[in-house]
Amino acid sequence: MDFQVVVLAGGVSKKLLPLVSKELPKALLPVANRPVLSYVVELLELSNLKDLIVVVEGEDAALNVGAWISGAYADRLHVEVAAVPEDVGTAGAIRAIARHLYAKDILVVSGDLVSDVPIGAVAATHRRHDAVVTALLCNAPISGPLESVSSGGKDKTKKPGRYDLIGLDPTKQFLLHIATGAEVEKDLRIQKSILRAVGQIEIRADLMDAHLYAFKRSVLLEVLEQKGAFNSLKHDVLPYLVRSQLKSEVLLNGIPQAEENGSEKVISQSNQQMLSQILANASEPTFHLRHTLNTNGSDSVRRTHKCCVYIAGSSKYCARLNSIQAYNDINRDVIGEASHLSGYSFSAHNNIIHPTAELGAKTTVGPHCMLGEGSQMGDKCSVKRSVIGRHCRIGANVKVVNSVVMNHVTIGDCCSIQGSVICSNVQLQERAILKDCQVGAGFVVTAGSECKGEVLAKKWN
Amino acid sequence: MGAPKKSAARVSVSEDHDELVRVPLQAILLADSFTTKFRPITLERPKVLLPLVNVPMINYTLTWLESAGVEEVFVFCCAHSKQVINYLEKSEWLSQPNFTVTTIESQNSVSAGDALRVIYERNVIQGDFVLISGDTVSNMSLTQALLEHKERKKKDSKAVMTMVIKRSKTNPAIHQSRLGTDEIFMAIDPNTKQLLYYEDKADYSKGTLHLENSLLADNPSLSLHHDKQDCYIDICSPEVLSLFTDNFDYQHLRRHFVKGLLVDDIMGYQIFVHEIRSDYAARIDNFRSYDTVSKDIIHRWTYPLVPDIMNIGNTATKLERQGIYRGSEISQSQSAVIGPFTVIGSGTKIGNNTKILKSVVGEGCKIGSNVLIEGCYIWDNVTIEDGCKLRHAIVCDGVIMKSGSVLEPGVVLSFKVVVGQGFVVPAYSHVSLLQQPIEEDSDEELEYADSTSAITSTVDKTDGVIASKVLDTHFIPASELGFGGVGYVWPKCEGGHEEEWRHSVAPITEDKILEAVKAMEDELELIHDGKNLPLSGELIPNSNDDSDDDDNDDSRDDFDKEVEATFLRAVHENIQENHLTLEVNSLKLSYNKIAADCAGALFYAMMKYAVDMPHSSADSLVQNVEAILTKWKKVLTSYLNDMDEQIEVILKFEEMCLESAKEYAPLFTKILHYMYNEDIIEEDAILSWEDEKKDADESDRVFVKQAQKLIQWLKEAPEEDDDEDE
Repeated sequence: MDFQVVVLAGGVSKKLLPLVSKELPKALLPVANRPVLSYVVELLELSNLKDLIVVVEGEDAALNVGAWISGAYADRLHVEVAAVPEDVGTAGAIRAIARHLYAKDILVVSGDLVSDVPIGAVAATHRRHDAVVTALLCNAPISGPLESVSSGGKDKTKKPGRYDLIGLDPTKQFLLHIATGAEVEKDLRIQKSILRAVGQIEIRADLMDAHLYAFKRSVLLEVLEQKGAFNSLKHDVLPYLVRSQLKSEVLLNGIPQAEENGSEKVISQSNQQMLSQILANASEPTFHLRHTLNTNGSDSVRRTHKCCVYIAGSSKYCARLNSIQAYNDINRDVIGEASHLSGYSFSAHNNIIHPTAELGAKTTVGPHCMLGEGSQMGDKCSVKRSVIGRHCRIGANVKVVNSVVMNHVTIGDCCSIQGSVICSNVQLQERAILKDCQVGAGFVVTAGSECKGEVLAKKWN
Repeated sequence: MGAPKKSAARVSVSEDHDELVRVPLQAILLADSFTTKFRPITLERPKVLLPLVNVPMINYTLTWLESAGVEEVFVFCCAHSKQVINYLEKSEWLSQPNFTVTTIESQNSVSAGDALRVIYERNVIQGDFVLISGDTVSNMSLTQALLEHKERKKKDSKAVMTMVIKRSKTNPAIHQSRLGTDEIFMAIDPNTKQLLYYEDKADYSKGTLHLENSLLADNPSLSLHHDKQDCYIDICSPEVLSLFTDNFDYQHLRRHFVKGLLVDDIMGYQIFVHEIRSDYAARIDNFRSYDTVSKDIIHRWTYPLVPDIMNIGNTATKLERQGIYRGSEISQSQSAVIGPFTVIGSGTKIGNNTKILKSVVGEGCKIGSNVLIEGCYIWDNVTIEDGCKLRHAIVCDGVIMKSGSVLEPGVVLSFKVVVGQGFVVPAYSHVSLLQQPIEEDSDEELEYADSTSAITSTVDKTDGVIASKVLDTHFIPASELGFGGVGYVWPKCEGGHEEEWRHSVAPITEDKILEAVKAMEDELELIHDGKNLPLSGELIPNSNDDSDDDDNDDSRDDFDKEVEATFLRAVHENIQENHLTLEVNSLKLSYNKIAADCAGALFYAMMKYAVDMPHSSADSLVQNVEAILTKWKKVLTSYLNDMDEQIEVILKFEEMCLESAKEYAPLFTKILHYMYNEDIIEEDAILSWEDEKKDADESDRVFVKQAQKLIQWLKEAPEEDDDEDE
């Protein structure tokens, strides 16, 4: 396939502190005991996309990611890891690696995507329409932990979150409007020219841009070059391309010359016929074509480009690990509802307990749980809907509910952990009670402490 | 005021619900469009009585209402109300079983809003009703729409109106539909079909559609439409009438009522839409829709409302092959050609070698030989002499076209106009026996001319006599339509007439379309200038700051100008220094400025005056400056108590050197030094000015460099002073 894949793996995301660090950049955060990046990489592999460039912010993070990738995929995939300075934005990241891009189309994927959407289908949509950009849209997740609702903990009136406002044509193939980020909360501003050309735009607030795009390389690089101020693919480049689709400013040197001349001739011939169609208000298959043909005379051909979408089916799972809430949700889903993503085979009890794990007497591990290699649990423990990493030592009478416990964590007797994330090498002394907390790597929670909704981490110097 | 009415409405709803009293389905038919789009014809005859394919329009509307199951119709008559009432009395409409037609007359209603208020006062509407204008042609079934409306109403009493819409692609280039109506932007909730946004009379200059964020608050999705046509058929609950009464400023159904409900959110009332797909519904809004709807009728889209079935009046029309409809007793020459999709009324005579293509000809017309009629609407008793050519024109009753005369596309000839021999009526002309009324601007929306209606309302068969009579009384207009012609060609001065091609019966010419396409492209250009849509990442964060700055700039400009004018007056009228100070002080207060602003403005005014004064060389300019500064020093220094103010003056000077008075640029240091010597500017000010500029761009530091010597000297000087002190 003539696609090159760029995985934007990010760096040490501030939003995910204290879970991430230079040693454990976002890309390597474990989701069901596998780095989150592995989900994207393996998804790409499924679509036979094996030629990847993984872009990581920060040299240290890049080294760590590179080390993991070469260990995990050296034999199967051709992966290059590129380091870019921090805070260059997604557009900056592409600019930085522009010279490594050569394929006709570029697939840009966020490294924090956890999904089972066939990426090949996105690529095929892109090719079929000869679009300049094709974006993957998925249903916006319902924010707020579902489980806690069922356990009666939280307010039930949470609305579906609004992430993006997306305008589609009636056939749901073309992207006609997009408002992201802060614009979502502002009033809608729809370009009348596009609405006139299409006739009908469907505005959807329940779809989310999954941050997986197929770009035409020539266009992407041209836009990035011309618009130096563009910082983000999602917030700048994509809206720009959508906005200018009926009056394209790109493609000037992008399309091979021969093709250009050919189509121009056809257009001037059909011009006359087109005019009569306008007179009769006739409709045409695609509005881009129609719009292209509405030119005045044959001297100037109006340029249009297509912005397409691929909408993931509602049964498909699609989430981005870009917040602590999302981290909890994704971990829960991957061993729960969307268990096929984890790549593990579940036991009859609908959980995964590594054969080397040791369970004490009367200890129960409920469904939708995972217990990693070499972990030990004492007597009378109870684990529900949680992931426990490798080589953890857990004492007796410990409750773990709705939580993620990473590797090498020591938990003393009678601890209770609910809705929390415990990073690697954390030590929980006995009788510690944590609820909705995040505990950074290496932290020691003293005996008997009781925390609720706190961030516990070592002080950074 | 609203409360008792509301409760009354509720009662009727609950009755409805219990079906204790079966309320007959009622309709309000507005027999007046409250516009002037059909002038000059409507000066003499109301729009609803104009023949549409040889049948007065109101018949289409009434026929449809009857077939759709409406039992009681209130016909609201305003303009030419007597004519409408007379017509209805003569017709069979008032004596139908199970279908009551009642007329309501009002002489002083100027809008649909007024009409509905009058009807409200009559207290005749008991339940849901159909609101329709008498110029609507439709064959849709109301059952489904009514059911939907009633069910919605049952669930939520705030759903007061259901609008009927139909898919119709609007031409993106010329912004109008095939009915000649303006483009409409609508936002509809795809699930509930609630209307969320409605914009007709679009502002073309704005490239974006502005939707409030709150619209999306409750709905995960909404669809925006540009491809829907408003059929102007509304199913309303009785609350609509009381809403019109409560909001007595509502005039227009769409522009005021719909907008009011959508935007102002009056008591949470909601409007819904019902889309028809295969049925026909269209309103005749202007001459273009008259043309379009006529063609649709001839092509039988409006079945059963087609000429051979409707049979209003006494004569039968037969449909022949190729869509030719013929009345009875037509005498047609063997050599005459009648093309497809043409209607010929009964009793019409057609001469040799005459061609009639895609046209409608009324009853009792006399058409001579070698006449070409294409795409025209010729009403009753029209005489067309030999050799005339008519293309895409509307010719009203009793018109006489003398031999060889020509109508170019888009011409409208009102009643009994006579076109002189061989005369060519230019395209898009409107010709009438009546002069164009002088607009009394407040009545612009009014299709009302009762002073003239009396004269012409009687249709006399002896046209010739009347025509000659008119000829006697109007000598001057004869020349306007050639020899023997009678009628005024209306000047095209009215605002809307500039773009008559939009609303005329003539097809839109290619060059107009190309023009429009060009305009559309310009519009796109405009959008991409980024003025309308700031790029999300680049401009938005600063936009607020920018606008604030602009505000300041504006008022500062005003202030500067004001100060300058004051100063000049002081110079020319020899006003005393302290008086000038007083005046500037008052300006300072009124513009809410600080001393630094005054100093800057005054200094600017002085320097400007100096440079405007005649001077031969740089030296004489310096002399000018020195003279002025010396003279008005007192005024200036009264604002220079502080270092900040002095720095402001230096900055102002710098700015002048760069922009408005470049002549000063080489003299910067010299004048600065002079000001220092004169104690206008103190040493500290100059030094801190230099300090301020330290980090500035190279280009900003030009004058600092120029003044380097002075600054150097100043820096050294204090040391000497200190030495001396010691």
